[in-house]
Amino acid sequence: MTAPAPLLSAFRQAFSEAWASGAGLLLPLGFFAGTATLVPFTLGGEADLLSRVGPGILWLALALSSMVTLERVFQADLQDGALDLWLQDTGSISLVAAIKTLTHWLVSGFPLVLMTPLIGFMLGVPAEKMIPAMLGYAMGGLVFFLWGGVAAALSASVARGGLLIALIALPLYVPALIFGVQMVDAGVDSPSFLFLCACTLFALGVAPAAMGAALRLAAE
Amino acid sequence: MLSYLANPLRFMRFSRLAVPICFALGVLMIGWSLYNGLFIVPPDALQGGDLIRAMFTHVPSAWLSMGLYAALAGASFVWYIWRHELADVAARAIAPIGAGYTALCFITGSIWGQKGWGAGWHNLILGDSRLMSVLVMLFLFLGYIALRAALETRQKAARAAAILALVGIVNVPIIKVSVDMWQTTTIHQESSVLKIGGSEPREDDEGMNPVYLQQLLWGFGGHTLLASAMILMLMRAEVYTQQAERQLALKLEER
Repeated sequence: MTAPAPLLSAFRQAFSEAWASGAGLLLPLGFFAGTATLVPFTLGGEADLLSRVGPGILWLALALSSMVTLERVFQADLQDGALDLWLQDTGSISLVAAIKTLTHWLVSGFPLVLMTPLIGFMLGVPAEKMIPAMLGYAMGGLVFFLWGGVAAALSASVARGGLLIALIALPLYVPALIFGVQMVDAGVDSPSFLFLCACTLFALGVAPAAMGAALRLAAE
Repeated sequence: MLSYLANPLRFMRFSRLAVPICFALGVLMIGWSLYNGLFIVPPDALQGGDLIRAMFTHVPSAWLSMGLYAALAGASFVWYIWRHELADVAARAIAPIGAGYTALCFITGSIWGQKGWGAGWHNLILGDSRLMSVLVMLFLFLGYIALRAALETRQKAARAAAILALVGIVNVPIIKVSVDMWQTTTIHQESSVLKIGGSEPREDDEGMNPVYLQQLLWGFGGHTLLASAMILMLMRAEVYTQQAERQLALKLEER
């Protein structure tokens, strides 16, 4: 069975968009590395302190850099008319939005996860903590991108919606952030990790419906 | 009652009477509870002496901040399903009042906490789960208001804001649970409103002295009435604005 056309086109388009706009793919990576390396300067260079707060710094940098490219995710589709075409097709717009957000995560969220050991090493986070933490960053990043996608879809027709997206999305990030920071200390076989997974599943269930409703509105 | 008032004409007739009554009663009741609370009731040794007087504003505003967010989501839900214009007018009016009460709860709470728990208040905000979840709720309200302001047409703003309010309300329990788990020991006391205690202060008495409870209930009633009066006022203003716009459009067409 072949995938329905709009889903495939959404996937391809999200993939190519990341490469198309100059340093698109490198932008979140650079922002992520930049934010995380700024923190040692603000806290002073105590090695003990840095290795203790390191995982938390990485969570913060991840949450912030997930928002760098959000503004363009759905706005570009609205402007070039792709959104109208998807809406005319018989498929579900929520599914298209979900594919789009997941691809977006794959392109600009997953590289951040791959980069965490490097920055974690720089901050002196112990290596045995880093491996389970990466699993958490992958899960938490997915939550950030999904709720961020809802905010982006809601403000797709707003001209400069970057800060608006941040204001809407940040309260929704709180649970994943809290459980994520807890699970770094508690490990993979802890309730915190299960709660983090629950947050991810919940976002996967609710966010596409909200994005679909918001996109249908934005296209009008 | 609610479906009776769903008719805008009946709503305007009802609210014309209800606004002054609710407003006057609310101000009177708040005044009574504040007068008694600030000057008459004895200081409570267990709650930091005179600090207990902050309670008569703090607890009603905490209850209203949660109640108004629920009301916002309820109105948004009604508007999203049945597209009843008055529900959107209500949601639009509830948001700023709710944000105000949330801010009031947060401010009185941190003043009370700073003196009562003896910790600097920057520690309190980040270290206490109750205050933290109130702060997150304030951001939810602010995001709602900002989104409404950013979208150009009324219809679009109403739909986007309704989606946001509904996403927010399904998230509120999760935020609450996560914040509570993050800080397993809150220094905030347990709710003691529904337990009636003795009139003499005792360490082991969990309930509230009836002297305070009475003033607190006046405060509850007063703030609820005042908030309803303010929301009704904003709703009436919005209905009048829409009517004025319609009249203007008609006049322009005649020309």
